[in-house]
Parts: sequence; C-alpha cells; structure tokens
Amino acid sequence: MKPLRSLRRKFITPEGVDLNLELGSAGSRAGAFLLDALIMIVILVVITGLTIYLFFATISSEHGNSWPSQFVMVLWLVGFFVLRNCWFSLFEMGSRGATPGKRIVGLRVVARDGARLTGAAVVARNAMREIEVFLPLSFLGEQTAAGTADTFLVIFSLVWSGIFLFFPLFNRDRLRVGDLIAGTWVVSTSKAKLSPDLVGAAYQPRRVFPEAALALYGIYELQVLEDVLRNEQPDALATVAATIRSKAGLANDGDDYGFLADYYAALCRRLEAGMLVGKRRESKFVDA
Amino acid sequence: MNAPITLDSAPMVNATRFRKAHEADWARLDELVTRMEKRSIRWLSDEDLLALPGLYRTTISSLSVARDTSLDRALIAYLEQLCTRAYFQIYGVQTPAHRQIARFFAHGWPEAVRALWRETLICVLLTAGAAVLAYLLIRNDPSWFYSMIPEGLTEGRDPSASAVFLRSTLYEKHQDFLMVFATFLFTHNAQIAIFAFALGFAFGVPSLLLIIYNGLMLGAILEVFAAKGLGENMAAWLMIHGTTEIFAICIAGAAGLRIGTAIAFPGADSRMAAAVKAGRISATAMIGVVLMLAVAGLLEGVGRQTVESDGLRALIGASVLAGWLVYFYAWRPRKAA
Repeated sequence: MKPLRSLRRKFITPEGVDLNLELGSAGSRAGAFLLDALIMIVILVVITGLTIYLFFATISSEHGNSWPSQFVMVLWLVGFFVLRNCWFSLFEMGSRGATPGKRIVGLRVVARDGARLTGAAVVARNAMREIEVFLPLSFLGEQTAAGTADTFLVIFSLVWSGIFLFFPLFNRDRLRVGDLIAGTWVVSTSKAKLSPDLVGAAYQPRRVFPEAALALYGIYELQVLEDVLRNEQPDALATVAATIRSKAGLANDGDDYGFLADYYAALCRRLEAGMLVGKRRESKFVDA
Repeated sequence: MNAPITLDSAPMVNATRFRKAHEADWARLDELVTRMEKRSIRWLSDEDLLALPGLYRTTISSLSVARDTSLDRALIAYLEQLCTRAYFQIYGVQTPAHRQIARFFAHGWPEAVRALWRETLICVLLTAGAAVLAYLLIRNDPSWFYSMIPEGLTEGRDPSASAVFLRSTLYEKHQDFLMVFATFLFTHNAQIAIFAFALGFAFGVPSLLLIIYNGLMLGAILEVFAAKGLGENMAAWLMIHGTTEIFAICIAGAAGLRIGTAIAFPGADSRMAAAVKAGRISATAMIGVVLMLAVAGLLEGVGRQTVESDGLRALIGASVLAGWLVYFYAWRPRKAA
C-alpha cells in the first residue's frame, strides 16, 4: 500500500520532466538538527576552552599590555555570534545546500519554485530559528539561572517552542516557519546504484506460461515481484511462488527463483506489450 | 506445461534493451556528478565539462522514456535519483561568492531597504513618538522613569542622579578593552535586531512593541540628562553611534513588520507567496542591519571613547547618517547585466 499522504512532490525541470522529489521526513529533519546542534556545542566548548587558556596565557606573559588578550576575547565574541547565526546559513549557501548534519542524514535545502536557492532565502529561513529554538531556550535558561522561572513561564516557553517545533508536522510539506517565509523546502538526497537487470539480454531457455496464468496480475503485482526477486529472501520467494502456482494451476518444479524469474520476464513482456498499444493495467483489480 | 522453450535472441523486455543502449552514459554521468558532489565543478576536466550537459539531457530523457515504456521499478528509481543529483549540480549552482557580495552591496541591500521605506518610516515615527512621550511623561512626573527602564540598565543614571555624576558618565573613558566592548555591543545589538525581525512573524506586533520600547528608553534617558542641563551633551554622546544604531533597529523592525503585514494582509498574492516575497526582501535588509550594527558598535566602542568633543561627536553621527541615507535612497547605480 502507498502511504496515504506521500512525501513525493512534483518538481518539473526546465526540460519538462518531473523529478518526483522526496521531502525529508520529520524524523530525519530532527536528526539532522540534533547532529548540527551537537557539532555546534562541541565547537563552542573547544573554542571556549581555547579562549580561556589563551586569555590567561596572554594576560600573565604580557604584563601591562592587554592587546593580545583583548584580541582573544573579541575573537570569542565574534566566533560565538557567527556560530549561532551563520552556521546554518553559510553551509546552506554552499553548493551542497546542506549543513554537515543534513549531509550526514541525506537532506538538502531547495527553493520551492525550482529556481536557484538565493542567499536571502537561506538567511530568512535560518533567522527564524531565533524564535523557534534560541528564544525559548535562552529565555528559560536566563530565568532559571536567576531563579525566577515560575510554572507559568515554563509552561509558556514549552508551549511556544512546541508550536514551532511541531509546525512541520502540521503541514503537508513539512515546512518549518523559516521554510514558509523563505520559500524553501528540504528534500532527501538519496544515492543509489543501478541494480542488475532481472531479465537479462543473454539467451537462456525459459519456461512458458499459458495466457491465463499471465492474465492474473497487473503492474503493481509485477513490481512487488521485482522487489521479491531483488531481495532474494527464501521465505518470501517460496510463499510468492506457491501463491502464483496455485492461482495459475501450475506444477511445482522445485526451483522457486527460476520459476519466479521466468514468470516475471513473461509477465513484464506481456504488460509492456499492452502499454505499447495504450493498455496500462495498473493492478490485478483493473482490467486493461 | 513447464517445458523450456527457445526464444529468439532479442531481449525480452524493454528495460534490458534500454539499459544496454544507455547504461554507459548513465554510469559516466553518475561518476561526474559524484566527483562534483565530493569536490566541486573545478575538478572536472574540460572534456568532462563539455560532455556534462549532453549526458544530463540523455539521462533525463531516459527517465521519461523509462517511465512510459518500462516496468523495471529499480531502473526508474535509479534514473530519478541520478537526474535529481545532476539537476542540482547543474541548475543549483551558486553564483560565486565575490559576485554575490558585490551584488549585495551594489543592489541587494539598498534596494531592499528602499523597498521597506514605508515600514521604516513607521518605525522611525514610532521611535520618535515614543521618545517624545517618555520625555514629556518623565518631565511631569519623574517616577515614570522607574517604570520604563529596568534598574540594572541605568547604572545610576536616573532622575535622582547629580549633574556632576551624569556629566562624568558622558565623558568617562573605558581605555581598557575598547575592542572587546565594541564587539560585545555589536553582537548583543545584532542579536536583538535579528530577534525583532524574527518576531515579526506574529503579525508584526512584537516588532512594533520592541520599537516603541526602544523609543521610550531613548526619551527617558534624554530627559534625565536634559533636566540637569546636559541635554545637548547627551544628544551628542548618543548621536555618534545612535544615528546608525537606531536607524538599523528601525530597519530591523520594518523588516519584521513587512513579514507580519504580508501574512496578515497578503493582497492579491496567496498568503504563502506574499510571505515568501516579504521574507526575501526582509532577510536581505537584515544582513545589512547586522553590518550597520557592526559599524555602530565600532563607533560606540572606539569612536565615542576616543572623541570627546560634543561638536565632533555630533558631526560624526550626522555625517554617518547622511551617508546611510544617500546610500539607501539617493544612490542608484546602473543595473549590471
């Protein structure tokens, strides 16, 4: 069964071909964000440690001259600002359109209208993180540190971040508030190898099937059979072979894989011949 | 019934024929795209570069032919991902960074600010109005001051302070850590500005509130100094960086307001399209705001600490403001092709 609300979206190239993009699922989006957050925290801890070390090293060695230690502090302040505000933007502006976290998970930011991803769009989608993530976090952090966080405030910031956090789940296209403003969406970039041809060009002796046996199934069943053949799981092969044999009234010759491969080839040929004359039989429930 | 029979040697299904004819092209494109993804387009030889568009077109037409004639799902899935990856490598190319930066300063930034002129004007008027209001309120009843400004921020600069003390705050020197001070001011203010912008999403209301509050604080602090006869000195102290900073904050508020109004009143566009249009203009303006605040931080942290004459402070502030106004509204470079 196809999922009721598919994450596949139409995306027409200038050549007029639909690339049928797959949107990143909410889970992978969250995973990518957590990865990025983790990397950012590690970097922050490292540069802070380094800054503290350098600060005291320069303070003690250069008595009376504060320039080197000033420089170190300026570097830290700017570094923190850049890390917080530019991490996502700079990476997404690059040719990969993805932060390290997104790359690991296999996601990429794309303009919804199919045009180039502009710098302005990337900045817009990431500036919104400020109210989505950092605002409730820092607000809560500050108030907790001061000991003034009352229950209402905690609930309020949780609700606030909840609304933005789960915003992608409330719309079909898995858009964050930032995506909404920027006109972008996040698609998954899968990489696949060309799997071998199931039928093969080489001459080989094949079983022949009576017309009635081939008339049983349509395209949907053919492609399920394709998956079964590619996965080569003995249980599945045996079950499917037994079903087809019993439905078509064929005898068991003991070679499930060989039987199914031949049946696949014959069925595929039959259905493709139908398509040539404009009869596309989508599944066994439809008559071409 | 299951007796093997001999077929003619032609392939049985279209996928086989099709794979045989084009597999080499797909593999080559796959290899080129993988190299581009790992490194960059500069790692392709001239020969590869010339072959790339042809290979891409072959593969994309393979995809549409395969969809119509072949039932091999694995083949179609492979072609889909290959075409998608190639598409992003070929069409998703970014303009080189230096060209983008040049474009931003020559066109993007001033045009975005110009496009926001109405909202900017509203924010400037609100700031001024709030400042005047705070000024008048506190002049009549100094206790208003304490309800407008949080205690931690004043550092003793409240209506009860002596004129001598107030004067000292205007001309004291933070010789130490000037640069750190400037950087801190910049990152702090920039964070607030980004925040004001992001808040615009809630129909612009929070952005407006922040702008008004900013104006109130401005008026309140001015009144405190004016009441002790230090109004002009204070204005000069404020102007050297304030013209840039307050202008930047107004633009940030305007950017937030634009997004808020686009969502509330999308006009002829769909709500979505209006939000996207407003989002891109505003984001461009916001990059500019961060840069302006960096300038303001330098003027405040370094400029004000080293320049002590009121006249010079006011002059610097006024000329910087004039510079911004000319850059944003008067200067129109010819469009580059």
